[in-house]
Amino acid sequence: MTSEKVAAPDGKRAAPALSVHSLSKRFGDRVAFEDVSFEIGYGEVFGFLGPNGAGKTTTVRALGTLIAPTSGSATVAGIPLTPENGVEVRRRISIMPESPGLYLRLSVTENLECFADLYEAPDPDDRIDRALRAVSLADRAHDACGTLSKGLRQRVALARALLSDPEVLFLDEPTSGLDPVAARGVHELIAALGRSGVTIFLTTHRLEEAERLCDRVAILNRTLRTIGRPDELREQLFAKTLTVRTLVPLPDPGRVFGGLPTVDGWHQDGPAGYVLAVSESAAAAPAVTRALVAAGADVLSISESHHSLEDVYLELIDEDEEAGRR
Amino acid sequence: MSVSRRRVRAIFRKELREYRRNGSIVSAMAIIPLIFVIQPLIDVFALPASAASALRHEDSLLYMLGIPAVVPAVVAAYSVVGERQQGTLEPLLTTPVRREEFLLGKALASLVPSLAISYAVYAFVLACVELFAHPAVASALLRGPELLAQLLFTPLLAGWSIWVGIAISTRSSDVRVAQQLGMLASLPSVAVTSLIGPALGSASPGAR
Repeated sequence: MTSEKVAAPDGKRAAPALSVHSLSKRFGDRVAFEDVSFEIGYGEVFGFLGPNGAGKTTTVRALGTLIAPTSGSATVAGIPLTPENGVEVRRRISIMPESPGLYLRLSVTENLECFADLYEAPDPDDRIDRALRAVSLADRAHDACGTLSKGLRQRVALARALLSDPEVLFLDEPTSGLDPVAARGVHELIAALGRSGVTIFLTTHRLEEAERLCDRVAILNRTLRTIGRPDELREQLFAKTLTVRTLVPLPDPGRVFGGLPTVDGWHQDGPAGYVLAVSESAAAAPAVTRALVAAGADVLSISESHHSLEDVYLELIDEDEEAGRR
Repeated sequence: MSVSRRRVRAIFRKELREYRRNGSIVSAMAIIPLIFVIQPLIDVFALPASAASALRHEDSLLYMLGIPAVVPAVVAAYSVVGERQQGTLEPLLTTPVRREEFLLGKALASLVPSLAISYAVYAFVLACVELFAHPAVASALLRGPELLAQLLFTPLLAGWSIWVGIAISTRSSDVRVAQQLGMLASLPSVAVTSLIGPALGSASPGAR
């Protein structure tokens, strides 16, 4: 898969590509999502995470003008999200739904021709050709979509989403069902699109994908639980820690760790393991090492604890589940 | 609000391509006219010259107006619910296509093949009657006002059936239910065709 630039947006702009204020959607008594607010800049790759039924897809459908929000306001690609602006908004965005939704009896090119015309794309043949090359499908252009594997269909759907040179591209689980090589291709394409100024709104369950690709992520569980850069979220939720392993248990660990100014606190983790709360790992690790050596300890390892985006996600969702049980 | 001809054409062309590749749609379109013409044609071929005077007072060929009433109803009833069932409706609606353009494209894609089939079947029946029926029977059946009525009422009946079929399709969640309801909804139009004959007779005083 090439990382060729398909979209030609105006580059990064001062105004946000997506601006959402207190947006809510209810279906009768059921809350799909509530009081969601965020802003996304042009060229940003934004991850939208949450468990099943959290309201992610409904949010995308609302921002894509497929359903009207119950309350709140938003601007999408600079256009206020109102029913009368629906066509104008949809001209500037593309949505790739989780299910490719292709006409299986038609060829890849025929599928794309239909959508190029719906977007009234100038020079549709060239657009189709570029989109197909971007997803490495040029050699399958004349195959019926029904004969393609699930992964290839997903790539056709991605090519379709690129046809309109969108300013904002909504991708709902773009790598669902793809093998690792194909998924890597999609990741490269997303990164390239982001670099070229296209705003990517990525809904995914693959947290490592979000961590790798996204400039910022938001975690939604009906309400927006958190938003920020993955490293910021880790810092917000988890204290920095050093994990120390020694060959035998320290006779008096309190004396070793208690006197160190860079160590805020500690607790034992197993017979010869210690977890130290530190404010700055780079300063704390050498001091801890020196203190251990001075105490005559046989040190096996000193490592900085790493919390992934998955830890952040699980921590927040677990909190919600616990609150729900109370 | 302006309707984009390019977007309407995109839907129309896509639909025709799908019809071409979908054997079940083509056979559904073809079977109904065959049911309408085969048995009556066999009967007409068997009629003696003496039946001609009685036929002159009947509008026997107007029953074929049932074809434009029924054929598009089945196709139109599939049009929107079929997209929904295939999962292709949502990607379409995320494009700038307006609801009106989408439905117009769908309606035209039902209308054009229905008209083509209806007129082709008329032409086939007329040719068969002319060639194989007794000349007296043929001249009794092939009358100008009746042919004109068929020509004019065909698009009207097809248009009405499509409108009803699409209305059913947009509100249905199951293709089979939509097609059955579409077929049912076309029955009143078939009944209307039986009124056209008498109306034609009363409009031309010398005819009876």
